[in-house]
Order: sequence, then C-alpha cells, then structure tokens
Amino acid sequence: MTSTTGKSAFRQGVLAGLPFILVAFPFATLFGVLAAEAGLSVAMAMGFSIVVIAGAAQFTALQLMLENAPVWIIMSASLAVNLRMAMYSAALVPHLGAAPFWQRALVGYVNFDQSYAVAIVKYEDAPEMSVADKVGYFLGAVVPVVPAWFLGTLFGAIVGSQIPDWLALDFAMPILFLSLVAPMMKTVAHLAAAGTSIVVALALGFMPSGTAVLIAGLVAMMVGAEVERRRDRA
Amino acid sequence: MTLTNTEIWLIVIALGIGTYLIRFSFLGLIGDRELPEWVLRHLRYTPVAVLPGLVAPLVIWPSATGGEFDPPRFIAAAATLAVAYWTKNLFAGAFAGAGTLALMLQLF
Repeated sequence: MTSTTGKSAFRQGVLAGLPFILVAFPFATLFGVLAAEAGLSVAMAMGFSIVVIAGAAQFTALQLMLENAPVWIIMSASLAVNLRMAMYSAALVPHLGAAPFWQRALVGYVNFDQSYAVAIVKYEDAPEMSVADKVGYFLGAVVPVVPAWFLGTLFGAIVGSQIPDWLALDFAMPILFLSLVAPMMKTVAHLAAAGTSIVVALALGFMPSGTAVLIAGLVAMMVGAEVERRRDRA
Repeated sequence: MTLTNTEIWLIVIALGIGTYLIRFSFLGLIGDRELPEWVLRHLRYTPVAVLPGLVAPLVIWPSATGGEFDPPRFIAAAATLAVAYWTKNLFAGAFAGAGTLALMLQLF
C-alpha cells in the first residue's frame, strides 16, 4: 500500500516537472555554446552541468573565468549566487527532515529553484502527505529536468564551436543575465538591492577583475535585507 | 582565458562541492533547526545582489568594443530588461534583447 502511494507521488512529481524541460534544455544549450566559445572542452562544460548543476552560478563562473578573475573570486561570486538555496534547504527540513539520510542526500543534489518551488507548493497544498511521498514527489519533479540539463549542455557544447563569428555572441551573456534577473524584481527591497549592486559595481570598475562584483554583492545584499526590515516595521 | 585546464577542473569540482554543501546544509548536516530571521532576510537577496553587479559593467563597457560605450548594446540591454520585467519570462526577454541587438547593429 505504502509503496503504491509512494509511486503515485513520484509520478505526480514527474508530471509537475515536465513543463520545465522547455526552460532547462535551451538554457543549458546556451551554457554549452558559451562554454565552447570561451574555449572550454565538451568534457569541462559537461563537468559544470553535472557536478555543479546550477544555471546562474555556472554562467557567473564562466563570465568571471573569461575576465581572468582570480580563482577565489570566481568561487566566492558563484557560490554567493547559490546561497539562496541554503534557504530552500532550511525550508525543506520540516517536510523532509525525517527521511532517511541517503534520501536527504539525494534531495540535496537536486535542490534547485524549480524543484523547490514545485515541491513546497505541493507540500503546503497537501500537508497530509507522508514523508516518503514527499521525497518521492520531490525526486519525481527533477526526473524530466536533469536529463534535459545534461543533454542541452552536451548539444550546446558540441554545436558551439561551429557557430559563425558574425553572430554577436559576445553579448549573449549580458542579455541572459538581464533576462534572468529582471523577473526577480518583486519588491522595492529587490529593486534597492539590484540598484545598489549596479552602482557599487560600476563605481569600483577600476578594481582588479571580479573584486567589484563581490563587494557590490555584499553591500547590495545588506541593503536589500535592511529595506525589507524597515518596510516590515512600517 | 588564462586559466590552465587543471585550474578549470579545480573550479568545477570545488564549485560542485560548495554548491552541494549549500543545498544539503540544513537538510543534512545541521538538522532540524530554524534559521534566524536576519539570516533568511539576507539569503533572500543574494541573487539580485550579485547578478546586476556582474552584468552592469558588461553593458556599460562591452568587451566587443574594447570597453567603449556602445549604443546598440546598451539599447539591447534596456530592451531585454524591460521585456523580461514586463513578461516575467526569461525567454521573452532574451529574444527581445537578441532581436534588438541584431536590429541596432544594422542601424548603427
């Protein structure tokens, strides 16, 4: 009985994850293309997508690598982009904390924006779900997305080296970052953080490559948090 | 890019480990404990704090023109931002930006 419901929760997760193929595949393809353009081998591009498996952070690392930033700056800036997922991890504890260690370890690998968002909505909708069902649902939700991410990267990395130079690919990365960040502007606090980040990064443009982003990120994060705190109190 | 192959692989692996530890953190190592509100409040703003600072210099001083301000690229960036904000859709923004850039490079 339990195993049957576990399977159906898994299947429901798969269904909820399916539409995200449409996002993951082209996004990963673009990563593969730009990685190839930057001179990375197909294996390196795949390494990023399999080992790191985090879109925005992969693009951040790639951009800073192109700027010849020091390795520690590449690491810190890319990990900073991923820090939000610690919040997801914490938010999942009440739902999945009681699951066996190996299952939680697996969820850790596939704790993405997409899977977190899909799962947390479901958990709040159906609080009566068993822990096993919740794990099944979460893992199901990434089953369509992960292969799309890998295959998209592979496709992009192979095709990437054959793309003609007249396509203005030099500007693909800025366009991608802007399309990624604009929909995140949900509140005044987000706008304040983004605005601060831009001003500080430009003001510190003279600093060694990558350093400005790190300082801008830190200051902007504090500004965003502070604006939120004041607005909550008001 | 001046990085050696070994350095690139080092970045891939270290970034993979770091990212995994962030994702797994509370689920695995720290256990059932609430994060203080001020920490959550800062975590909420990390992507919007880092990404704009990364992209702003690329828009104002594009590498393709050797760091000279470039109207076609600036206009394309503005179009991307406007469309992505309006539609809340990554791909709508990206297509609008790429289209605008192609058009502007013809005009200028």
